[in-house]
Amino acid sequence: MSEVVATNQTIMVVGGGISGLTAALEAAECGKQVILVEKAPSVGGRVSQLYKYFPKLCFPTCGLEIQYRRLKANKNLRVMTLAEVTAIEGEAGAYTVTVQQHPRYVNENCTACGECEKAVESEFADEFNYGMKPRKGAYLASNMAYPQRYVIDPRMIGSDDAEKAKAACKYDAIDLDMQPQQQQLTVGSVIWATGWKPYDAAKIQPYGYDRHANVVTNVEFERMLDPFGPTGGQIQRPSDGQPAKNIAFIQCAGSRDHNHLKHCSRICCMASLKQTTYVREQFGDDAQSTIYYIDIRAIDRIDDFYQKVQADPNVTFVKSKVANIMENQANGNLVLHGVNTEGYHRYANEHDLVVLATGMESTVPAGVFPEGTAIDEHNFLDNSSASGIFGAGCSAEALDVNRAAQSATAAALRAIQVVNRVAGTEG
Amino acid sequence: MAENKIGAYVCQGCGIGDRLDTAQLANVAKRDGKAALVHEHPFLCNAEGVALIQNDIDNEGVNKVVIAACSRRAKTDAFSFEGVSITRANLREGVIWVRPDSDEARETTQEMADDYVRMACAEIKYMKQPELSGEQGLNRRIAVVGGGVSGLTAAVEAARAGYQVDLIEKSGQLGGVVAQLYKRVPAKNGLQGPVDTDIEALIREADGSSQITIHLNTTITQTDGAPGRFTIEMARESGTSETIEVGALVQATGFNRYDISKLPELGGGKSSDVVDQLGYEALLKAADGGAIKRPSDGREVKSVVFVQCAGQRSSEPGHLPYCSGHCCATSIKQAMISKQSGADATVMFTDLRTPGASGEDFYRAGQEAGVTFTKGKCSTVDTGSDLTVNFKDLILDEETSAQADLVVLATGMVPNSGPDPYLQSNLEQAQKDNNEERVAELEAQVANAPVSILNLSYRQGSDLPHLRHGFTDSHFICFPYETRRTGIYAAGPLRRPMDIAQAQEDATGAALKAIQACENAAIGRAAHPRSGDLSFPSFRMEGCTQCKRCTVECPFGAINEDEKGYPKYNESRCRRCGTCMGACPVRVISFENYSVETIGQQVKAVDMPDEFDEKPRLLVLACENDAYPALDMAGMNRAEISPWARIIPVRCLGSVNTIWITDALNSGYDGVILLGCQKGDNYQCHFVKGSEMAHYRMSKIDDTLSQLNLEKERVQTYEVSITDVQRIPQIINDMDKLIGEIGQSPFKF
Repeated sequence: MSEVVATNQTIMVVGGGISGLTAALEAAECGKQVILVEKAPSVGGRVSQLYKYFPKLCFPTCGLEIQYRRLKANKNLRVMTLAEVTAIEGEAGAYTVTVQQHPRYVNENCTACGECEKAVESEFADEFNYGMKPRKGAYLASNMAYPQRYVIDPRMIGSDDAEKAKAACKYDAIDLDMQPQQQQLTVGSVIWATGWKPYDAAKIQPYGYDRHANVVTNVEFERMLDPFGPTGGQIQRPSDGQPAKNIAFIQCAGSRDHNHLKHCSRICCMASLKQTTYVREQFGDDAQSTIYYIDIRAIDRIDDFYQKVQADPNVTFVKSKVANIMENQANGNLVLHGVNTEGYHRYANEHDLVVLATGMESTVPAGVFPEGTAIDEHNFLDNSSASGIFGAGCSAEALDVNRAAQSATAAALRAIQVVNRVAGTEG
Repeated sequence: MAENKIGAYVCQGCGIGDRLDTAQLANVAKRDGKAALVHEHPFLCNAEGVALIQNDIDNEGVNKVVIAACSRRAKTDAFSFEGVSITRANLREGVIWVRPDSDEARETTQEMADDYVRMACAEIKYMKQPELSGEQGLNRRIAVVGGGVSGLTAAVEAARAGYQVDLIEKSGQLGGVVAQLYKRVPAKNGLQGPVDTDIEALIREADGSSQITIHLNTTITQTDGAPGRFTIEMARESGTSETIEVGALVQATGFNRYDISKLPELGGGKSSDVVDQLGYEALLKAADGGAIKRPSDGREVKSVVFVQCAGQRSSEPGHLPYCSGHCCATSIKQAMISKQSGADATVMFTDLRTPGASGEDFYRAGQEAGVTFTKGKCSTVDTGSDLTVNFKDLILDEETSAQADLVVLATGMVPNSGPDPYLQSNLEQAQKDNNEERVAELEAQVANAPVSILNLSYRQGSDLPHLRHGFTDSHFICFPYETRRTGIYAAGPLRRPMDIAQAQEDATGAALKAIQACENAAIGRAAHPRSGDLSFPSFRMEGCTQCKRCTVECPFGAINEDEKGYPKYNESRCRRCGTCMGACPVRVISFENYSVETIGQQVKAVDMPDEFDEKPRLLVLACENDAYPALDMAGMNRAEISPWARIIPVRCLGSVNTIWITDALNSGYDGVILLGCQKGDNYQCHFVKGSEMAHYRMSKIDDTLSQLNLEKERVQTYEVSITDVQRIPQIINDMDKLIGEIGQSPFKF
């Protein structure tokens, strides 16, 4: 790893998803020195795994391409991948951040030619596809991966396969002796933007995510639509690969629930509305989508997207918290039981596939931040405390992409205020 | 300016050397490309290869570098050299990865590569290093228009970062709508009730800051200039005026109240006991924690019903079609205060919208405070001494009613964004399209067009362009701050409906963008999406016919006209898309590194086989933002692309000048494909109107084709996405097939 230069006028951004990218770029384009630290082998985060954005039904990679080009063009910005922040000490204007660098086993010589991938046989569950398909032990995280550099899965180290990968590389890019490294960096301010993870659906026992093959989460459903994803873009049942045309979307699966996440995850209503359009697009008049919901929170001017979906006769809305899901053993279909609270009607509805609109769980870690950093009961960073550490995006609140971009841009200014103060004092 | 010296570097790595005759490529660069220095290298992007190039730059006088290797999107760290022009011939993703490795394909694959080397050399010959125009100026002063909570926040946050601020407020006091509130919804998560607005503290900070100049009772009579050098003329109520110079603006002019008298069925305007949320806030403020008095008779209010979505989320004429976002939480807040004052409070809703952690916490706080939540749709309110709210109870599925002393209508926010500069031209377009719904909507807007707020002296109108429903335009998912007027950023509910917490976050973000605009203007750097680009358009005055197309078609209103009718570019407003270059019928507009020549010469550099070779040529002009990356990914996935295609990336389809198409057809190309981004309301074009302009211009190309006696299918324009990794090769291959059917162009020599 080459030397990273940082001073107490440097801004560190932790997390390279849409929020972290935005915060880092906006600050760097104001002329500030920025270090972006990302845990995964490439930046892009969770949005890069989405098929489309609501409400425009446009593609996340379109915006990411612009962000990556801004990254490539900006000399003020340094990106560290496979790097994790394990501790932050100090105070605004003078933080010492401990960064754990995991080995990629591939150096900057890599041309992304793909020969190592062809050479190896070992396969592992593909994180980019939520484990729905395997990937090789030498891999590029996705078509859009930035940096565009291969990774050797650490589980392959020591195996013959790893040697095969090394032998296949003509450019001396594979270094199987790379070691983890730890370094301490001095920075003036930290923007924490590590985003969210889907709530563990298996914890919602009555829905049987761990028992029923045809119960999937909404993030897994997104992967199904990607032509390069696990099903080649086909909406199908995991149990038998049959097209899934009659789909139930269950809202607030793990959100707004005392037993799970108390908060509303904000994006899930719009996400399910969006996903009904995928079903419609793929199956036309044969598509049947049913949304089981408490409230449809298609907030502000994007309410018109809800109105458009409501107008689709093949989309049904049932105001109900689904009580449980049983499997019809004969055909693998799922039977949803509950009460439609509008008129109090009991139902037992059968569907091909169930998509759980699982909630957004904060990934703000314990034990990393200095004393005085406030974290609320939902595990979001509380930005009202006076410090030089700012939560951005879904580290601060359950947000959709445009609000995350807004939050990240605001965080960039707060960080700049801190480093400008330092610059002022240091003259 | 030193003499042109082209260095061409042919990489043999990643299979290029195995699949292609690189010695021939080097020869092509030398012979056809007129490269002074040519090197082949087994692994050009490694330290040694990079050092080779750097050495030629440092010691051999190479100032134009052609890298024939991988895509311009790959290995950008390695191939970044200061002070020289660089171009890339895409031999990896663009050639060997999209062609089969077979003996029979070898010849045509080599021809493809030869052409890309020729094209790169032709392009670089006409590329210059951008030099600053001299228009730059550093002005770290920001004007914030609007003194409500958004504007105050933008001002205070910019000042805290060390910038000077002029805060311009139309009325005699700061604080806007928030100053009228009794309490606010908390911004923090956690179970708690309504909290103080703290607007006084914000006003105090702005007032006390030596960096903020407050202009009360002041409106803007003219805004002129560009980022880094805006001049704002202000008029005070007293009749005096003042001119200030700023680097950037934040427009935080908030929203207007929806007129409740438009809702007579709900009692709006018929009874003084039917109020909107701001009206009720005034009663709560007057009560100050004590009994709430009814406006009609002063009697203590014992029951309040809040009717959500009053006149909004509705397609009824005169209603607002959207949701205003904040009103559910606002009603919960007011209901909680009512409960504390001893009144029963019922919130009648269809969807209770309190998203996020803070929203849901506040909803629960309301439930715990004993607020009644009724899922119901209110149809009418009967007015009289007591109010009767008639509604359909959606849970019991029956029509019923409730009595109340007071009814609060949760009406929507009407953006105070000023008039849409494109209202008239949009209306004309909608009339042409026979889109009745849109015509009606636009006609209503024309009839009610407000007075200008910014009074921009721009060729394209006085205020920020709108998108829908009067909210200002932006790429509102990925790039919420990008308005269509560089250096002027909208913050708060003129952008979309929002609550206080979001408006403050928004204002902070907008302040950052304003700061960024000041800093970039000082060094001539472009704003998003071509961040950092130093090139800018200029024109050859002697050729200009003053036709005004460039000034009309610029998506960002960057170009004014001078007294003589010549374009005036205002470099720092420019986003460098080249839509002006595409518009110019006499082709006098160019950038130093991107011009009619840099593309046109590539088109001409392609070796054109004669008709007996039966090797057609397809010109593909691909948007560099979406189509070109998709083509790269097609290569990564080894999709096959017709060997006849010659692909040229363009900044935006809007920059495509029809001369390239005409020249291509005249010189024997058999087909031309234009690949741009989605246009229309849900546009994905990063330059907003670029793709739309290109489609419009191409719709006129049929005349050219019929003059040349060519089939019109030979030129096709597509809207594609970055994810069309499979579709784009298909489009190209289909054109190949089509040429097979209709035959080659007769214009081969």
